[in-house]
Amino acid sequence: MRYLPHTPEDIWEMLDVVGAKDLDDLFETIPASCRRERPLDLPAPMSEWELSRHIESLAAKSGGDWQVFLGAGSQAHHIPVLVPYLASRSEFVTSYTPYQPEMSQGTLQAIFEFQTLISRLTGLEVTNASMYDGSTALAEAALMAQRVTKKSTLAVSALIHPHWRQVLETYLAPRQDVTLITLPMSSDGRTDCSPLKDCEAPAALLLQSPNFLGVFEDIPAAAQAVHAAGGLLVSSFSEPFALGLAKSPGSLGADIVCGEAQSLGLSQGFGGPTLGVMSCKMDYVRQIPGRLVGQTEDLDGQRGFVLTLSTREQHIRRSRAVSNICSNAGHCALTAAMFMAAIGGSGFRKTAQVNLDLAEYCKKGLSEIGFRPLSTAPTFNEFALHAPAGFAAVHKKLQERNILAGLSLARWYPDISDLSDTWLFGVTETKTKADIDALLAALRQEVRS
Amino acid sequence: MKDIKDLNLPEGLKYDVEHEWIATAAPFRIGVSDFAQDALGDLTYVELPEVGATFAKGDEFGTLESTKSVSPLFLPVAGEITAVNEKLNDDPGLVNSDPYGEGWIVEITPSDAAQLETLMDVAAYRKHLETAGH
Amino acid sequence: MSGNAFKQVGARGLILNEDLLWEKGKKGRSGMSLPESGLPPASLPAELAGTGPDWPDLSEQEVARHYTRLSTWNFGVDTGMYPLGSCTMKYNPKINEAMAALPGFAQAHPLLPAEATQGELRLLHELETYLAEIVGLKAASLQPGAGAHGELCGMLMIAAYHRHHGHRKTKVLLPDTAHGTNPASASMCGFSEVKVPLGPKGFMERSAIEKLMDDDVAGLMVTNPNTLGLFECELAEIIELVHQRGGLVYADGANLNAIMGYADLGKMGVDVVHYNVHKTLSTPHGGGGPGAGPVAVGETLLPYLPGPRVVKNGDRYEWNEDLPLSIGRMHSFYGQFRVLVRAYAYILSMGAELKKASALAVLNANYIKEKLKGTFELPFDQPCMHECVFTDAKQQPYKISTLDIAKGLIDMGFHPPTVFFPLVVSNAIMIEPTETESKEDIDAFIAAMLEIARKAESSPETLTSAPVMTKVRRLDETTAARHPRLTGDMR
Repeated sequence: MRYLPHTPEDIWEMLDVVGAKDLDDLFETIPASCRRERPLDLPAPMSEWELSRHIESLAAKSGGDWQVFLGAGSQAHHIPVLVPYLASRSEFVTSYTPYQPEMSQGTLQAIFEFQTLISRLTGLEVTNASMYDGSTALAEAALMAQRVTKKSTLAVSALIHPHWRQVLETYLAPRQDVTLITLPMSSDGRTDCSPLKDCEAPAALLLQSPNFLGVFEDIPAAAQAVHAAGGLLVSSFSEPFALGLAKSPGSLGADIVCGEAQSLGLSQGFGGPTLGVMSCKMDYVRQIPGRLVGQTEDLDGQRGFVLTLSTREQHIRRSRAVSNICSNAGHCALTAAMFMAAIGGSGFRKTAQVNLDLAEYCKKGLSEIGFRPLSTAPTFNEFALHAPAGFAAVHKKLQERNILAGLSLARWYPDISDLSDTWLFGVTETKTKADIDALLAALRQEVRS
Repeated sequence: MKDIKDLNLPEGLKYDVEHEWIATAAPFRIGVSDFAQDALGDLTYVELPEVGATFAKGDEFGTLESTKSVSPLFLPVAGEITAVNEKLNDDPGLVNSDPYGEGWIVEITPSDAAQLETLMDVAAYRKHLETAGH
Repeated sequence: MSGNAFKQVGARGLILNEDLLWEKGKKGRSGMSLPESGLPPASLPAELAGTGPDWPDLSEQEVARHYTRLSTWNFGVDTGMYPLGSCTMKYNPKINEAMAALPGFAQAHPLLPAEATQGELRLLHELETYLAEIVGLKAASLQPGAGAHGELCGMLMIAAYHRHHGHRKTKVLLPDTAHGTNPASASMCGFSEVKVPLGPKGFMERSAIEKLMDDDVAGLMVTNPNTLGLFECELAEIIELVHQRGGLVYADGANLNAIMGYADLGKMGVDVVHYNVHKTLSTPHGGGGPGAGPVAVGETLLPYLPGPRVVKNGDRYEWNEDLPLSIGRMHSFYGQFRVLVRAYAYILSMGAELKKASALAVLNANYIKEKLKGTFELPFDQPCMHECVFTDAKQQPYKISTLDIAKGLIDMGFHPPTVFFPLVVSNAIMIEPTETESKEDIDAFIAAMLEIARKAESSPETLTSAPVMTKVRRLDETTAARHPRLTGDMR
């Protein structure tokens, strides 16, 4: 086996030093009650060529070649070849968490830069070295807000990603002290924050902007409402490109910002691995979960970087740690930093503008063939529309042509009658005006037939 | 680490087995001994209680952090916190450089002054360090 | 001939300085092609419109040089031996990277209909089957995002099981040797920690559990082999006892690389175990993550697995969301899919040879233990599994500590072992070579450790001042923590 370097001679020599007669002899300390009797029932080992042929056959049935007009937490954006090329350098790929800073300065400086660029995006002072994904970042942000405020009630917008809401509920299930209050949708597709008035001592209001329907939330109003009640505003996002054009949530009053940053140079990859991010005000730094990289100097006064404020973490504080997180999405953070460096502030803004332009064009085009926008509230590159009667059948027919024309929101929001005929669409810079025209033409054709 | 004979252990204070010291007259200041600061290494953060909080003897009232450890602070006698050393927020190293002076941690009003008598004087504390080793 | 003569592996080389990203570039440059919409520009309302993040603008070559230079300040498994105990830094096969990067997988939207994604679903389904088989349990879920997330998932299932059965359980038993993630995961599920003391031989004893197990105990969290590298040989009896008194058992799979094909977790009675695929199943750790932390369960916890679950109907794969007892979702979608592709590729490359991988991992660790035990203090002198734990006790008389030993190894060209863990051993040095290190590389490491022991006596200052061969020397971690500068914008 090519990954196992031992020759029979090596094994005999080493067994001799160890004082064992054969390899099985090394496992004498495993008692019969724990010992495996059956051999491993696994397929016979494949050569590299057999393996690639097999897995390539699976990847051929992956949906990767579909025309998808949908974001919903997973966004198609252009990734320059430069980014995966640099990210695949094995000094980055095959290293562990930078426990020995003198031989990990590459990872450490790159993550320090990542923290800085994300802080400039979110508008908050501190950013950690990453979380697993957007959903777990949101759940951890909720727990963090509870620690900061020493309160337990959480007011959650109905319009955060429904999967993220489910993950939050999974995290909170054993916690009997937590009350979850759902803030409903108002008629303009934004979150109705008014129930917060009757909410006693909330730890936080959890919001997503743009929300799952693509609508920009009124962050200043939400911040004012929750701050008045003594809680924090946790503002999340699933599309960082929106912040190329919109004011940052931190500058609008959010106390904690978290989200999914897969858009920043990471493949959609059937949903993983992606990149959870979390930023907060410096005042709350001792409650933020995850790794933090800080700048310092070495014995000769040279600039260098280390993991710092580790006393928050599980390997030191154990049961009293702020979180159990250990491994994060470090390499995804590194990749995102490379992407942010490549696109630059100017390119990011320009690309965001193209997203908005194409989305508005698509929204307008759909409106002209029988769709009706959910509201006139501003959106970015995702938007929801009431569909004309019979669209579900059309959607299915387009699937036969490998086109995913939006997502029905009825299944996700069975309790909101206004969304029963509503579909979510998304368009990014990976689509051209011609792609949108082709979608509209296909729709027109199917609606007619 | 320092040898026990090299430790700075002032007279006139009372000590407990958790290596806190307390003044024997008002203001009843509390800190950690030279032994404790030396064992913990360079401190990076002191978590202080709120003024007005009350604790029983032996209760945890705060923590000392170094880069790689968190150590609880225990109140040597029951009482109410009347002051905390705010300077430690900016300069936790004062606990290392001057554990009995600028590096004091809290001041309390003991609820039962008789509890002071249950603590060790310097000779007993030195003996405790020599025999228990820690 | 097993040559343990010391030969310097670390060498000097030209390393280039590199500024921070925002100290470089000029406004107006770009490192990638930018799109044009060809449409009239739309705009956001004034109250929303911002100026965008202040990121530097760099050319493509500036970005390429920046990260290439940074990479040369790093050390990975591909650079050299990385015997980081408990982290299983084995070789990361390159074919796995190619498979994970296949465009079909990379470009797949997770909400595509099941008919369109049969390739992914089949891969996930087969991987679940293989993972359950390797540990001898019934079924697996691939959702958890990393090892600690798998732990959390396992403990959430145990908590859900007790809730469903109307049990009021408040405590979890945890041996002293546990990784910090274990008590932290238990705590996130609202359980308080009851410490199980280590027995004199370095593993838990049934008698200790007997004393601690009561009606309030939800279960036991155990790592086997434990973090001293020793097999918990009373575990089957311990689990029987925990089960008798109404508890369940979570096994931390951090050290599974030691026992594939040799131990049967189902037979032991384990209810749930997590995998660290970036350890046992060869996926790269990427300087911090992403990992993946699948869990496998026995019959008892099967209904509690996270959802949705992939199921096979005839020759078609689909998602099942009708899981009334499931703890729910653990991840935005289905887990760290492209990490899981790598694990799948590894299992198919190895097949039943996984057992040999475990055997050679254990052989390498025992060989190191035997060669070093006269020179370094070995607190538990017993046959070890995949790792061995030494201390600095024999070097302390020369004022050389575990930290100095670690930093000395860096100058010689090795990544140090895990240091100061497990906590039950004072100043621990925890060495895990893994099976992919050749005898020559192991011998070179042993020679380096022996050279360090000699230097401790003859020239200790070369260790206390180490490393000197790296880009930076020892860093001031105290100032970093006292005055945190966590971004380039903090002063």
